Amino acid sequence: MTVPGDGERPAGDAPLLEVRDLTVHHGQLRALDAISLQVLPGEVYAIIGANGAGKSTLLRTIAGLHHPTTGSILFDGQDVTGRRPERRAMQGIVMVPEGRRLFGSLSVQENLQVGATYARPGPWTIERVYEMFGWMQERRNQLTAQLSGGEQQTVAIGRALVANPRVLLLDELSLGLAPVVVQRIYGMLPQILETGLTVLLVEQDVSQALRVASRIQCLLEGKTTLEGRPADVTADQVEAAYFGLAGAAPAGRPGEGGEP
Amino acid sequence: MAWVNAIIQGVLVGGLYALFACGLSLMFGVMKVVNLAHGDLAVVAGYLAIGIIAVINIPVLWSFVIVVPLMALLGYVLQRTILQGALDRSVLTTLMVTFGLSVVIENGLLQFFTANSRAIGTGLALVTGSFTLGSQIQIGYLPVVIFVVAVVVLLGLQYFLSRSKYGRLIRAVADDKEAAQLAGADYRHVFGIAAAIAFGTVALAGIAYGMYSQLSPTTGTDTILLFAFAAVVIGGLGSLWGTLLGGVVLGVAQQIGAQISISDEVLAGFIVFLAVLVLRPQGLISRGAQS
Amino acid sequence: MSLATKTTARPAEGFRVTRGRRNVAWTGLVALIVVVVLALFPYIVYSGTTAILVQAFIVLTLASMWNLLAGYAGLVSVGQQVFVGLGAYFVLIVAINGTSPFAALPVAVIGCGVAALPLWWLVSRLRSGYFAIATWVLAATVMLIIEKFSSIGGGTGMPLPGFAGMDPALLTAYTYWAGLAVTVVALATIYLLLRGRLGLVLTAVRDDEVAARSSGARVGLARMLVFVVAGAGCGAAGAVLAISQLQVQPAAVFSVQWTAEMAFATIIGGLGTIEGPIIGTAVFMVLQQTLASYNAWYLIILGLVAIFVALFARRGLWGLVDERINVRLFPVGYWLRVDEARPRRLARPRRG
Repeated sequence: MTVPGDGERPAGDAPLLEVRDLTVHHGQLRALDAISLQVLPGEVYAIIGANGAGKSTLLRTIAGLHHPTTGSILFDGQDVTGRRPERRAMQGIVMVPEGRRLFGSLSVQENLQVGATYARPGPWTIERVYEMFGWMQERRNQLTAQLSGGEQQTVAIGRALVANPRVLLLDELSLGLAPVVVQRIYGMLPQILETGLTVLLVEQDVSQALRVASRIQCLLEGKTTLEGRPADVTADQVEAAYFGLAGAAPAGRPGEGGEP
Repeated sequence: MAWVNAIIQGVLVGGLYALFACGLSLMFGVMKVVNLAHGDLAVVAGYLAIGIIAVINIPVLWSFVIVVPLMALLGYVLQRTILQGALDRSVLTTLMVTFGLSVVIENGLLQFFTANSRAIGTGLALVTGSFTLGSQIQIGYLPVVIFVVAVVVLLGLQYFLSRSKYGRLIRAVADDKEAAQLAGADYRHVFGIAAAIAFGTVALAGIAYGMYSQLSPTTGTDTILLFAFAAVVIGGLGSLWGTLLGGVVLGVAQQIGAQISISDEVLAGFIVFLAVLVLRPQGLISRGAQS
Repeated sequence: MSLATKTTARPAEGFRVTRGRRNVAWTGLVALIVVVVLALFPYIVYSGTTAILVQAFIVLTLASMWNLLAGYAGLVSVGQQVFVGLGAYFVLIVAINGTSPFAALPVAVIGCGVAALPLWWLVSRLRSGYFAIATWVLAATVMLIIEKFSSIGGGTGMPLPGFAGMDPALLTAYTYWAGLAVTVVALATIYLLLRGRLGLVLTAVRDDEVAARSSGARVGLARMLVFVVAGAGCGAAGAVLAISQLQVQPAAVFSVQWTAEMAFATIIGGLGTIEGPIIGTAVFMVLQQTLASYNAWYLIILGLVAIFVALFARRGLWGLVDERINVRLFPVGYWLRVDEARPRRLARPRRG
């Protein structure tokens, strides 16, 4: 298991998105406890963990829908902790929320149009989204409430893409979808990445996350239990970190407990 | 023949009712706010028109051009300040605040203008003239013009909502304001626009009502608010055409009631409203969401 | 060690759950004294004062009922005037048929309670804003229907019979006592209801409706009960109104102004506490008496203050007091006492 800052990333590569000691509460419940992470430009960073571990809360706080109690969020070096969600979206932090959250009374095309309303300049257009997801163009006038789960998920991703984000936040893409559909959707990540995007995703499906991510971080009850590259961690370590079994070492304390 | 006349009159006034109602329906659909001061705003617009005409001495139709945009602006400001503040607290707070506004406005008007009712005199042949259909049906020009204007405005609003950028934003925010934020839209601004439209349309309707009938400080609640609400419920939420249908049904019911007995006009409308509430609460044309 | 282990480890010592602080017995005594003193007023003060107090009693009863509806059951009704009117008309109808209007009071209460049932059936499915306007439409409809009956005065109303030959001073006194009795009974009823299971259900719903329902709370039944009680209470106030005015006019008794007065008094005094309407009524009466010659001004000022309070001081005047001195005149909550020495309050979620 690796520790951040011990030389695994190329020197001089500043993180695009950084979270420092973020603590977030839901009322009196502490959902996140001094979480830190760094996402480098162009990579796919995956956050895994069981239900209630705080993954979605983390993403929602980064997107601006939730206020942290303490800690900060930096985007391209600038502190965005106090900024409203719509401003963050306009600056390039765009989230595909958990459960899709499409505008049900609007058509596919209208959903994309809304997504493009405050778009930054960039390569992604509605036409390009139609090219990527072949079925969409024909059914663009259909109300999104009538689509299947997988179709809705792709429309949601499309809606986020047309805003030309710099960081794409994906919250639990696999939720409620068949594994085949999930694989197909994740299969499109390379196409998305080649336009220069960075991806921070939250995923309950661990094997899926390990397949697509360049680095992962595991959360349990609001704390980080594992960090590193998929290649550097074993299945046992992940399992231990995910469930909080003895042998999972909290980040920052190398060599304590567990087998390598 | 009197019955045919009644039905025609009912249809025509139904257009006006629908114009009153569309703002109420819009604000509820987008912000989930029932603006209890909605009717009083129409009366304010009417009094403003009377005041401006008296002071600057312009032709009546120019009063629309001044008052309607003014009221729309007022709507945006009121929404961004007071109503948003109330919305942030709770639904109950919004109701109490809009009710408070209604009482303050009415009593303010009462204080400054007395309880006498006023009409907006036009002196135009438009208002006083009428034409006859067949041998016995007499239809005033004004009600027809108002009906046409109402339908045109509703058409325009429908077009705006379904085709324009802001119309899409309004519908998106109404569906899911958080997801709209994630797409870069400031929902407070969108709420403001919706409120501006609501205030503008109700102002238009209010001035028209002042030309067609009389305005007094309590008209806002006695007549306009309750009728607008009845039209929305009868027609069904979520559809402007439903609102038009609701207005027409209400108008016709009232005129039929008036045929039975002059004093039953308003009562007949309310009874139809209650019947719809009991038998088909989602309204005659419903698009999903019930009240 | 967690609270749970503490409680299970040593059940017999350290914790007690009580209904109120020690001062409640004193408050009860003071309340009794206040009521007795008030009851003696007709012997002590001028009839002008008792007339004002009757008005205060009416507003206080109405405000308490509105508070019950909006502050505890979350039902904002702007149509409560329907019960004020119905109460007045029940008294009128009974009086026309030969009985003393004072004896009609219970009839008005029961009649309005019963009338509340079909009205509830009509509007109960509606939520918040639509519920509010629907109650207003109901009030307007009922008024229009009643106006059709010329035997009870039609559209212009009629004087209330049954006082012929009565000594004016005695009439004033009886009216006063009727008002006082209605207010005392109303407050007592509300207090006892909220102290019991209903209060618990309503507070649970107020905090989290879904959780309350899944815990088995009969939310719909609770709300209906509140609506019926509020209807009966407003009806009682309407009955006193009819008696105090010696006439019943539809436009006056069914006026939405009653709702405005009860709502503003409650909001300013403090929504969601029994003490709130008392303070609010006091503020209201002071304003009304000082501005009486200025017609609509007192309502304008009252409305503006209510808006301000609703936005910025949600818990009203009583809330401001309550935060400082932590007193409950009408204890309806529960206290957890840890070791006899220092009673600590159960955490209440901060609202608004």
